[in-house]
Amino acid sequence: MTATSAAVRFDQVVFSYADTMVRFDVTFAPGEITAIMGPSGAGKSTLLNLVAGFETPREGRVLIGETDVTSAPPADRPVSMVFQENNLFAHLDVASNVGLGRSPALRLGATDKQDVASALARVGLAGMEHRLPRELSGGERQRVALARVLVRDRPILLLDEPFASLGPALRDDMLDLLASVQAERSMTVLFVTHQPEDARKLAENMVFVEAGRVTAAGKTADFFTSSGPEAFRHYIGNERQ
Amino acid sequence: MGTRTSDPRIAAGIAALAAIGILIGGAFAGLGLEAWRNPEGAYAALDPYLLRVARFTLWQALLSTLLSVAPAILVARALSRHPEFPGRRLILRLFAVPLALPAIVAALGILSLYGRAGYFAEPLTALTGGTWPGIYGLSGILVAHVFFNLPLATRLMLEALQTVPTDQWRLASQLGMGARASFRLIEWPAMRAALPGIAGLVFMLCITSFTIVLTLGGGPAATTLEVAIYQALRFDFDPARAVALTVLQIALTAVVVLALMRLGANTTGDANLPVARRSFIQAKAGETAFNVAAILLALVFVGGPMLATVASGLKADLGRLAGEASVQRATLTSIVLATISAMLAAMIALALVMARRALAGSRQSDKKTLLERFTDTGAGFVLVVPPIVIGAGWFVLVRQSVDVFALAPVMVVTVNAVMAMPFAVRAIRPAYDAGSERHERLCAQLGISGWSRLRLIDWPVLRRPLATAFAFAMALSLGDLGVIALFGSDAVQTLPYLLLARMGSYRTDDAAGLALMLGLLCLALMMLADRLGKETSR
Repeated sequence: MTATSAAVRFDQVVFSYADTMVRFDVTFAPGEITAIMGPSGAGKSTLLNLVAGFETPREGRVLIGETDVTSAPPADRPVSMVFQENNLFAHLDVASNVGLGRSPALRLGATDKQDVASALARVGLAGMEHRLPRELSGGERQRVALARVLVRDRPILLLDEPFASLGPALRDDMLDLLASVQAERSMTVLFVTHQPEDARKLAENMVFVEAGRVTAAGKTADFFTSSGPEAFRHYIGNERQ
Repeated sequence: MGTRTSDPRIAAGIAALAAIGILIGGAFAGLGLEAWRNPEGAYAALDPYLLRVARFTLWQALLSTLLSVAPAILVARALSRHPEFPGRRLILRLFAVPLALPAIVAALGILSLYGRAGYFAEPLTALTGGTWPGIYGLSGILVAHVFFNLPLATRLMLEALQTVPTDQWRLASQLGMGARASFRLIEWPAMRAALPGIAGLVFMLCITSFTIVLTLGGGPAATTLEVAIYQALRFDFDPARAVALTVLQIALTAVVVLALMRLGANTTGDANLPVARRSFIQAKAGETAFNVAAILLALVFVGGPMLATVASGLKADLGRLAGEASVQRATLTSIVLATISAMLAAMIALALVMARRALAGSRQSDKKTLLERFTDTGAGFVLVVPPIVIGAGWFVLVRQSVDVFALAPVMVVTVNAVMAMPFAVRAIRPAYDAGSERHERLCAQLGISGWSRLRLIDWPVLRRPLATAFAFAMALSLGDLGVIALFGSDAVQTLPYLLLARMGSYRTDDAAGLALMLGLLCLALMMLADRLGKETSR
């Protein structure tokens, strides 16, 4: 049931809101994980929002595979997204929150319910169908969001610092889970993070964003060598101090 | 969230705005048509009498504002300096009651206290020497307006005082500032900032006050524009004069509201219950005595008419009243009309709130479009057009084609719904916006929209705020005597209308009994609204 992998391409995209302006021209490799790093306010989240359709470019095109999605509404794009928080509706139980990924009106057949249960089992939350989000830990809530990604089954996955509020051990668990899920489904993953370790552990590719531009892109391994991009080394150097 | 997807929430907002537009536009069309048909008549109506009425309207509003706001400064300051005053919370709760009390109930309470046959008539007769004539005219209007607005102004002033950071109080007590110094350096600056807004709000409430002036004005010498509009239509049947009066009234309120907007005032008033902060003030004995006197005087002044309402209401033959067919019919009519009106108010408010949020989310810059402005602050402007004015407009517009009195239910429901809408918006908007802040992108991503979104996502969050808005709107509508005074007849009577009729035929006991029933009903609804609102914000 996995959809085929698709690349995400920004073709001369210009976007502006109030007095900020970004300009992206970059391609994300299909079926692989790309980490997006850069200082706060550089435009990382804007980049994800443009793929998700929460923002519309002023110029240029956003392509997913061969399809131009520049003006498609968010729900019609082959995209799932996990935010840093507020991924769950607080008044709906876990099963409903995951089920919404299948039917936005929450009309679920028997197969759908089975899929929800197995997705929950896959992320390690078997039997927690009827819990409410407030009864879960932060890590468990993000697992529910990941389970919804599984039942939604779209080829693109956008992650906007999804593990930023988790402790180190939990974050490691989540990274492992994410890596194995990605390996099964070969989704194209765009992963915004502030942690160089996340990128190193998970991502084959790296895109570095600065002041609304992509200033470096390439293999993650190359970024972490002494010959990596100057700005990036400067950035993680600063982060580490 | 892009503009390209036609969001049903925006469509709902446009529909709500259109409904409001039709209601107000129809009234203006009626007035314009009449003026166009009979310009000489409207022009001739601009006579010395009308100017006298306009002058009196402004004069009584000015006096009422002064008499409400100046003592409120003292009372608020006293309450602020004694956070541990016994019964402080209770006093503040009591000060919220006039907000819920229908004006006609308060008017009756005041009459049964200070009227010719009131509880105070005998002592006042002994005190003044001559026979106590009872308060009517300007004095009656002022007492009633102060009864309503002194507590409101006090609560708003107290809120302003509570914006003073605790550290400033600590500093003041460390520096040993006395009462005078801390008033001049801390309290007055905080209150002065809020003063124009509060005074403006009270002034606005007083120039649009109808019921008080109608019941306590007592004659042509003490008549305001709104009451004159009512008399022109109901008694003199002089539409041209009504048009002239209405135009003047709109011009007056528009000027005041524009001034208020510039001052950044909150035209829907606030009903927050300020909590006591820890005290860092040690008031001296002399100051304490002064403060206690200020609080007690205000308490007696506000509490008196309420007690009188209850006392004289209990003297009425409540059992017989409840059994009367006309009372039962009026109660039923009131409840049915108020229920529909409140549902309409909540729906219009919800549509506007949703549309505003959707428009704010879809805009590409920080400049608001005209439509967003309308759904945002524009909706509050309906308060510029008092119910009597809308009623008068429609009355004049339809009087030749249909039986105006048959329109009573429609007019009462729609006008009261629109008048309650700004308050309903205030109840609903924070909850909706907070929910949307969390869920907007998720809903867009998962394609949850329209009915599914309302049912699955918004309803659980909005249930309580909607109930608050509903109860509040219902209380407002139940107590209203503006539109029904114009359109009421023997066929369609609401409780306030019946009350007015009983007062007019000097069946004072009946009126007192009905006032008690109506007052309790509105109070219960307001308490419900308040309680539901509190639980939401937790």
